[in-house]
Amino acid sequence: MAGGRDDFVIAFRSAFLKKKDKQKFSLFSLILLSLVVIILSNLNFKPIQLVKISIKEIIYRTSFLISKPENYLQNLNSKFNEHMNLLEKFKNTKSELEILKEEKIINNFLKLENEKLRSLIDENINSNEILAKVMIDRESPFLRTIILNKGTKDNIKLGMAIIDGVYLVGQIIEVNYSNSRALLLSDLNSKIPSVLAPQNMQVVISGTGKNYGIIEHTKDDFTENLINTETIIYTSGLGGLFKPGIPIGKISKDKKNKVNFFSDFSQLDYVKIISFNYGDKR
Amino acid sequence: MSSLNKSSFLKVFLSYLPLIFLFASVFNEFDFNYLEIENFSFNFVHILIFYWTLKNLDRFGYLSIFLAGVINDVVVGIPIGVSSFCYLILCSVTAYIRNITLRPNFVKDWFSFLFTIILINSIQVIILDLIFLIEISYISYLTNSGITFLFYPIFFILFNFLNQSLSNKKND
Repeated sequence: MAGGRDDFVIAFRSAFLKKKDKQKFSLFSLILLSLVVIILSNLNFKPIQLVKISIKEIIYRTSFLISKPENYLQNLNSKFNEHMNLLEKFKNTKSELEILKEEKIINNFLKLENEKLRSLIDENINSNEILAKVMIDRESPFLRTIILNKGTKDNIKLGMAIIDGVYLVGQIIEVNYSNSRALLLSDLNSKIPSVLAPQNMQVVISGTGKNYGIIEHTKDDFTENLINTETIIYTSGLGGLFKPGIPIGKISKDKKNKVNFFSDFSQLDYVKIISFNYGDKR
Repeated sequence: MSSLNKSSFLKVFLSYLPLIFLFASVFNEFDFNYLEIENFSFNFVHILIFYWTLKNLDRFGYLSIFLAGVINDVVVGIPIGVSSFCYLILCSVTAYIRNITLRPNFVKDWFSFLFTIILINSIQVIILDLIFLIEISYISYLTNSGITFLFYPIFFILFNFLNQSLSNKKND
């Protein structure tokens, strides 16, 4: 019994403490070092933050360069698929365009009316847009984030909204000197205060880690109000993080709790980072 | 003379191939997730580290594994040091198995791998969810561990082939 325990201790000590011929560090010292790194990386001291930012800058740039061949192959694949579906897409787009032309005329009037009403209550919203390139869009099964090529030097701040065309994609969660990380709407940690239109119901859209979101924090029987209407989800502007009225997605016809995002997060190339402020008159 | 140079270049290239695989996969986050198959992802880095630290430690330095972990954390966006810690725990298990094993057996290795990836994924989940309060999907981790376990034999054959050719080149 004692012999067995001795064997275990010898094997354990040999595994952890002894350095092999070609190893410069023992496993034990490196495990300790990684624990120290975990603790240090979460302290908010300026020197540590500077080191962290520098490491991230280098790694993001290198990762961007290394993943170029893989991205090229992925783009080639998606272009090929797009080409194959071109005719069908053209027919659909043509019929959609006719409908949109009609809607645009009505929307122009509503936009003017909306601006007039906002100026009456002194609530103009001014927004600034910064165009950014997506450097890395690794869709991890655990975390859904993208790296953008704009950082503190371009006045990027935490919490800014990321827009693809006119659709909300996510928000900035980490800012470095020349790049930043944005959390996508599909990430489990993403919670966006939103409003359902035309029902005018306040909800929170939460990510699922997959390509769709779910509706949270609302009445349990909210699905009763969604029958026979196409429900669009917009940002509500509550909490002051996002401008109200940015389209997010629409409610799935088959599952009323499921939100299909307008933007395809796997196809992001260039996005807009927007900041806004209330109240200032133009 | 030229063939001699060619052969020595190939020898050096092959000897660094596992390390190249390691860094390429952490920079690229190689998990075939872009295939968009529901719940399909596997952790190639875990297979790579487990195999090479168990079978041929000369190809990997622990310091390079630590650095690969730091890179993985930055690319994925989790607190720096978490992956390094998990990879080094994986190395400690393989070092322990290496020390107690007299006759290597594939099935034993395979099931040790299952135990190890469950252990390190559990450690990662505990660190991320309970300490850093980052919401994560347990199902994703579970399926990732399962698929990684199932993929081990395929990579075992490929790596065995590479390992044998490396030993042959060493003996030449």
